Amino acid sequence: MGIYSTNEFKGGLKIMLDGDPYTIIENEFVKPGKGQAFNRVRIRNLKTGRVIERTFKSGDTVEAADVVETNMQYLYNDGEQWHFMHPETFEQLTADATAVGDAAKWIKEQDVCIVTLWNGVPLGVAPPNFVVLNIVETDPGVRGDTSGGGGKPATLETGAVVRVPLFVQTGELIKVDTRTGEYVSRVKE
Amino acid sequence: MSSVGDWRPTASLEVLAARARVLAEIRGFFAEAGVLEVETPALSSAGATDPALGSLGTRYTGPLAPSGARLWLHTSPEFPMKRLLAAGSGAIWQICKVFRDGERGSRHNPEFSLLEWYRPGMSLAALMDEVAALIGRVLGHPVGEERLTYAAVFERALGVDPHGEPAAGLQAAAVRAGVAGASRLELTGRDAWLDLLMSHCVEPGLGANGITFVHDYPPSQAALARVRDGDPPVAERFEVYVRGVELANGFHELADATEQRRRFEADNARRRFAGLPAMPLDERLLGALEAGLPDCCGVALGVDRLVMLATGAERIDEVIAFPVERA
Repeated sequence: MGIYSTNEFKGGLKIMLDGDPYTIIENEFVKPGKGQAFNRVRIRNLKTGRVIERTFKSGDTVEAADVVETNMQYLYNDGEQWHFMHPETFEQLTADATAVGDAAKWIKEQDVCIVTLWNGVPLGVAPPNFVVLNIVETDPGVRGDTSGGGGKPATLETGAVVRVPLFVQTGELIKVDTRTGEYVSRVKE
Repeated sequence: MSSVGDWRPTASLEVLAARARVLAEIRGFFAEAGVLEVETPALSSAGATDPALGSLGTRYTGPLAPSGARLWLHTSPEFPMKRLLAAGSGAIWQICKVFRDGERGSRHNPEFSLLEWYRPGMSLAALMDEVAALIGRVLGHPVGEERLTYAAVFERALGVDPHGEPAAGLQAAAVRAGVAGASRLELTGRDAWLDLLMSHCVEPGLGANGITFVHDYPPSQAALARVRDGDPPVAERFEVYVRGVELANGFHELADATEQRRRFEADNARRRFAGLPAMPLDERLLGALEAGLPDCCGVALGVDRLVMLATGAERIDEVIAFPVERA
């Protein structure tokens, strides 16, 4: 992989630091009028999610991290590993629970996810922004309530629990925004 | 690099109107003070020798320069203004665009507006009074101020002596203060460590309740200021901070041509050591100093940052119409 100088720093750039891959969140150029320039960056460790700060002397270089984001289809879970397939090359790979993280509670077979790979190994999985899932359990609500106020918890087929309006019933399909974990609408089959 | 919508200004029209009012206040201030407004060339046959300043270069080809002449865009109008002072101009001021290579961030744009003025016969303390009065006028109300030595602000923020502490001790102070990555930074010389501590640990706490003037700099950071003998000797230089932002830099101006030439050459030696090109010396400035520069103090103030202060802007892009990406 290549080398980046501080002049290439910007949000989203993937760099190596102390053996771990990081993504730059924020890059601040700091320079006294008559003095040494620095780049003060906030970076996220792509393995742990931890956000740290680091100061570089302007002009210094860092190694680029071989991190790519690729669309992959979720196939199945074998009890321990989640299996994904590249939709064009049909290449398959597996991700563990650490990499899949919160995505596990939203994805079901055949959903297309964004898988972040570091040196070919999955570091993270982002579910689709919107998923359609079946409600497997929710209290029978009062019919006729269409206000959406209040609401009640509903358990989805993937195990996720979201708040839904009172009129939504067990067995119905709903659309959920995975970024917020919020109910969007009912979906007719 | 262009994209849809990037023809638009990054500053709102309201802020640009506020900017125009700031410029009008500055003009009014100097007109009332009887200081002469001047203009000097943005192009110079000499570049800035200071290793911390990057000069942008260009070429002129035409009458009297058939094969092209290398010219530099000025990083400040200091040298030609001193030539005017040596020619007997008396007190002078100007606002001009200056250019610095390599500088871009939330408070930096490689092209920015500098207000610079010189006061023959005025003390550095009196010039600080004038800076405070100008800032008060622009903000529309008097601003409280404090004046602290460079040693005092370092003592207060870090408990270290910036005049005596060796580089390793300054690095240790940065590590103690939690500057991330300080233990692994490779910096050349004490001054770079002082700059790191100043920008990361000291500066953010300066000017919290008004204006902080920091004065009496280490002689190694004299730039173009005179050095006053003492224990320790200090550079007769001040910097102005408001809300953690460096706003202005003032000097009791060096008038000794021999010392000026020595500093230029020392700058170029440091440039070569750092792998930077040496810059041509401004022989016309040296000529003016030999002819005699009146005893004077001068200060350069970042107009964009003053407008940021007046409008509450967080980023320089909010106060300039078109930053470099849209230039």
